[in-house]
Amino acid sequence: MGKMTGAQAILECLKLEGVEIIFGLPGGVLLPLYDAIYDSDIRHILVRHEQAAAHAADGYARATGRVGVCLATSGPGATNLVTGIATAYMDSVPLVAMTGQVPTNLIGKDAFQEADITGITMPVTKHSYLVKDAKDIPRVFREAFYIARTGRPGPVLIDLPRDVTVNELDFHYPEIKLPGYNPNLKVHSLQIKKAAAALMEAERPVIYVGGGVKYSDGHRELLKLAERIKAPVTTTLMGIGCFPEDHPLSLGMLGMHGTKYANYAIQESDIILAVGARFDDRVTGKVASFAPQARIIHVDVDPAEIGKNVRVDIPVVGDAKSALSELAKAVGEKAWSPWNEKVAAWKGEYPLCYATEGESIKPQCVLETLSRLCPDAVIVTEVGQNQMWAAQFFTHRDPRHFISSGGLGTMGYGFPAAIGAKMGCPDKEVFDIAGDGSFQMNIQELATAVVNEVAVKVIVLNNGVLGMVRQWQDLFYEKRFSSTTLHRIPDFVKVAEAYGALGLRAEKPSQLEAVLVEAIESEVMTVVDIIISPDEKVSPMVPAGASLSEILELEAAGPSYEAQRSYAGSSGSEILEMEG
Amino acid sequence: MLHTIALIVENKAGVLVRIAGLFSRRGFNIDSLTVGATDNPDYSRMTITVEGDEVILEQVTKQLNKLVNVIRVSEMDPNESVDRELAIIKVAAKKEDRSEIMQIVSVFRAKIIDVSPRSLIIEVTGTNDKIEAMVRLLRQFGIKEMARTGRVSMVRGTKAVVP
Ligand SMILES: Cc1ncc(C[n+]2csc(CCOP(=O)(O)OP(=O)(O)O)c2C)c(N)n1
Ligand SMILES: [Mg+2]
Repeated sequence: MGKMTGAQAILECLKLEGVEIIFGLPGGVLLPLYDAIYDSDIRHILVRHEQAAAHAADGYARATGRVGVCLATSGPGATNLVTGIATAYMDSVPLVAMTGQVPTNLIGKDAFQEADITGITMPVTKHSYLVKDAKDIPRVFREAFYIARTGRPGPVLIDLPRDVTVNELDFHYPEIKLPGYNPNLKVHSLQIKKAAAALMEAERPVIYVGGGVKYSDGHRELLKLAERIKAPVTTTLMGIGCFPEDHPLSLGMLGMHGTKYANYAIQESDIILAVGARFDDRVTGKVASFAPQARIIHVDVDPAEIGKNVRVDIPVVGDAKSALSELAKAVGEKAWSPWNEKVAAWKGEYPLCYATEGESIKPQCVLETLSRLCPDAVIVTEVGQNQMWAAQFFTHRDPRHFISSGGLGTMGYGFPAAIGAKMGCPDKEVFDIAGDGSFQMNIQELATAVVNEVAVKVIVLNNGVLGMVRQWQDLFYEKRFSSTTLHRIPDFVKVAEAYGALGLRAEKPSQLEAVLVEAIESEVMTVVDIIISPDEKVSPMVPAGASLSEILELEAAGPSYEAQRSYAGSSGSEILEMEG
Repeated sequence: MLHTIALIVENKAGVLVRIAGLFSRRGFNIDSLTVGATDNPDYSRMTITVEGDEVILEQVTKQLNKLVNVIRVSEMDPNESVDRELAIIKVAAKKEDRSEIMQIVSVFRAKIIDVSPRSLIIEVTGTNDKIEAMVRLLRQFGIKEMARTGRVSMVRGTKAVVP
């Protein structure tokens, strides 16, 4: 391909990897690279803060399944990416983060805007490179994209000293040679046989699904398997959308703010098939009392996940989709069982609920209404109560349609991620379900969205407080609301308008539907400010460190309060009833 | 329990940091760590000893395997492998103690590699147990300084931990 500069080579690599869009913000050491971008077909989206570049690339990746790419300058630009990289790492999102670096001869000299970004990000990257020679660029980029998207996906960082982007090289895209990297995708047929036999033998199965099913595109195989053996299916926050929530076998989400019936089913199950999930503490509650009667089959592409948090009876290392497909073939058809009846009874008895009377708009109702008006929307969330209501009260049906920072729980993630998701899926409606606190963490990206005509719809559930933290203070710290009241929330409608976006507001229940319809019909960047009470709770709730059987019901004033009864399951499970 | 793990790693910048970082981040305790060349200049060999139960050992092994620059991870079975460590020990040696020290040195098949008026430097090679035993005996004379290499280990017979 002949001689070119490092900067040109970088863009050539991105083209060869099929990259159509990168999110970034320039700086001194990146001048040569940005000069090359000026001539390139690759679309560069200029963000207003590098953290947003990483989140936007992440949202793009989660929505499309392609590798997201972001770019930041050396020093502060690079460190601004760190939260975004860590967010992607915790949720196994394929990302290539490029950072500028001071020239190689100045590295280690505390040069202007020097930061050891490979060192800083080592614990939160799948791998990283400091390129010291322009001729290594093609190999490094090829490897980086390959590592980011294969096996258990994750972020890879490439640090690019200025001189490396200026020096010339003979471009040649080499074959990948990574003797130490062999993602194990092929499932072991003997393990599949064992797992299938165990599933057939069991009487009370539950399938517990995480993000791995989404990333491996295994939702159809999951549906087939679940229907064959009539196993109820529960998902983690990351797994939402992998199984249609309106399906009779769906249990919705499990864990701290999961449905009661999902948690009961887990606690009473005699076998759990965990697929692409990692037994996070928000899911298991107290590990020692997690699913006390169940044998555990764990399917994961990352062998290190198996046995990390819970003991596993039948490990299956490999790709979730292939494992599910093999399992679906290996099992026989099962009939609707007493277990299915029991689970159905729980679903009838303990639905997700909330109080409907009162003057103010109910956040849960916002989500239910949106679900009805725009069932195919991509729902991106911030972090806090808004995130949990979005998980609970929107009926999720499709994978890659629910995007949320699960592992790291990053406030400020949702809005830039929604911009990235919308750019990757321009034909879909993309909502950011936001809290007033979280939205203010990356609110400056309104400019990015408006300038690039990205019609994201931000729904701010405006309670005037850092609601989720306040909820814990309310429950466990005697209502001592230390530093969780925001006191002065900017007028989000005016803020939107100041940036050139559309601002809408709903204060009364009667206004809700019309405002949501207007937002859905809007073809521009839109912020909907929805005023809710600071006292709304996310319910049910398993307190941190408690067993999954110890569920607090916090929507006690709700219509189904009467339906709540002390639960005396055969495992001795108990519910603590709380006053609302 | 103390486990010995042999690693073949790519001879690249930052590999040691990645491995050390992994141990600290995951809360594993490194007892000793040695790095050295292999017959192939592209690869280095590390021997790490870690304290912990089987569950920890399994996690350590699996997490190490995930590092892109780590080519092989092998747990060494103490019955199927030989291991050695080298120590050099500066011990206070008064005139009246010298002959006894020399005796200990010869019993342990160690060597004296430096002699000065008030001290001797002893070189000893062997298993961890042997070195510990020698150190215990030398303590009575006063150990002024000690440097140990940490364990290296190799499988007996034709099996090998190679790239
Ligand atoms: C960057 C960051 N800082 C702090 C937290 C801790 N935190 C978790 S939820 C929450 C409150 C979020 O407030 P808001 O965005 O208004 O959402 P709400 O819970 O009110 O819906 C906080 C501070 C976090 N998750 N992320
Ligand atoms: Mg709030």
